[in-house]
This record gives sequence, structure tokens and C-alpha cells, in this order.
Amino acid sequence: MESHFATEAVANLRRRSLRGAALNLIGPLTMLGGVVWAFLQPYRLTFLHPNGQGFWWLLAEPPLYVVLVGLAFAVLIAPALIQDLEEAEDAAEG
Amino acid sequence: MLPRAEFVHWWFATGFLILGLLLLAEALVGEAVWRRRPWRVYLWPSFLFLMGVLMWPVMVFYTNSTIHMLAHGSWAQAMMLAGAAELGLARGKLHSPYWSLTTAGAFLVSAAAILLHEQNGWFYARAAFLHHALGWTFVIGAAFPLARAFKPSSAVVRTGFALVFVVTAVFLYSDRDAAPIFGHMSPLAGAQHR
Repeated sequence: MESHFATEAVANLRRRSLRGAALNLIGPLTMLGGVVWAFLQPYRLTFLHPNGQGFWWLLAEPPLYVVLVGLAFAVLIAPALIQDLEEAEDAAEG
Repeated sequence: MLPRAEFVHWWFATGFLILGLLLLAEALVGEAVWRRRPWRVYLWPSFLFLMGVLMWPVMVFYTNSTIHMLAHGSWAQAMMLAGAAELGLARGKLHSPYWSLTTAGAFLVSAAAILLHEQNGWFYARAAFLHHALGWTFVIGAAFPLARAFKPSSAVVRTGFALVFVVTAVFLYSDRDAAPIFGHMSPLAGAQHR
């Protein structure tokens, strides 16, 4: 019986850590996507070669947008969400 | 003076990426956890509504033809309606989960708008290819908001719903005004960009 409870507790912990880890990874993976894209297509970052670029070309930096979205998610959304997820799971476990 | 159409596509791609990540996080933690902080509940519906509002300047300033104006205008209205219905559901002013069907409707209106205002074939140029790909993505993707109205707590449905927005973002980021697609580009499409 004890072993059954232990197995269940380990399974719960694993599920929790998986969801928490997945949430933690969304922001960094998005940022990584933007960085990889910047290396693959550096010409899409016009601030690296700004001579002769107009205002709109300098404003439009898609790989940088992707990095900023990932950063905003990691800083503004993920921490509170992970905290709420852990609290909810603690409450469910009693 | 006006930004190129491709810049506008990239800005909307960023909006769709934000929507996709928020919905993906909601799908991961479940609705109960997501609703623990009131401000979070309003995030993606208000963002969807805002994107609908921002489609109006696109309609006004990018009137290449009547069909472009109709497409952008109907898209703006559909996104605002879906955002408003989702806001009503989030706030608790609307109770029936069937209000989520407005989002499925917005997907289908958007799909029709994208497909109908693209007059060229798939391999005319990259922009044409992406318009066709986006249109059919929304036609198929409409299954997720449709299913969400009937099975709102299904993780598969919620994840699929989120991924439609992420895929849309990838397509929109790939857009260029005049660029080849898989080595094809019509000579009528104009001078190729970088």
C-alpha cells in the first residue's frame, strides 16, 4: 500500500515538474528561435547594417520581435503562472 | 511614407505569436489555474480585440483594390467580434460556451478574406503562396475553436487552438512583398527583394 502511495506521489511530482518545466521553457525557446533566425538570416536585422535604411526598415526587425516576445513571456507571464500552478497542485494534494 | 505591406504582416505576426504563447500557456496549466489572477483572464481576448481594431488602419491605408478593402474590413470586424465575445466570457457577462463559436466564425471569415483577396496562384510569389497557406490553415484550424465550444476543457483542443496562432505567426513572418517560393516566382510579380 505504501509503495502504491509512493508511486503515485512520484508520478504526481513528475507530472507537475513536466508542466512547470514546459511553462519555463516557452519563453527561452521562443527567444532561442529568434536568435537562430537572426543567425540564419542576418540581413533581416537592418540595425546591423543601418546605412541607407529608411525609418520603417529600421523599425521592422522580425527576429528581434520574436526574442522580445519570448523575453516578455518569461519575465511577465511565466513566474506568476508557475507560482499559481504549484499552489493549485499543493492545494489539490491537501 | 507608408510602411510596406510585409512590415505590417510582421507586426501582426508578432501579435499572433503573443496570442499563441498565451493560449499555449493556458492550455498547459488548465483554465482553473489560468483564472487565478483576474488580469490574466483578459489578456488574450483583449489582445484579439485590439488586433481587430488595428486592422482598421490596415483597411484604410492599404486599399489596393475594393476586394482588399472588403477583406481587411471583414477581418477587422470578425476579430473584434471574437475578441468581444471572449471578453464577455472571461468577465462572466456571457455564460454559454457556445459564444466561443464566434471565434470559429472569425477563423472562417478570416480564411475567406485571405483566400478571396489573393488573386494569384500558389507559386506566383511568396506572398501569394502564404496567402493560400494561411487561408487553408484557418479553414482547417477553425475545427479547434469549433470543438472548444463543445469541449472547452480539452487540452488537445486548447493546444491545437494555440498552435494555429503560432503557425500563423511563422507564415506571416515569412512574408515578403516580392520573393520566390521554393524557387518559383512569376516574372509579373516585380523585382525580387532580398
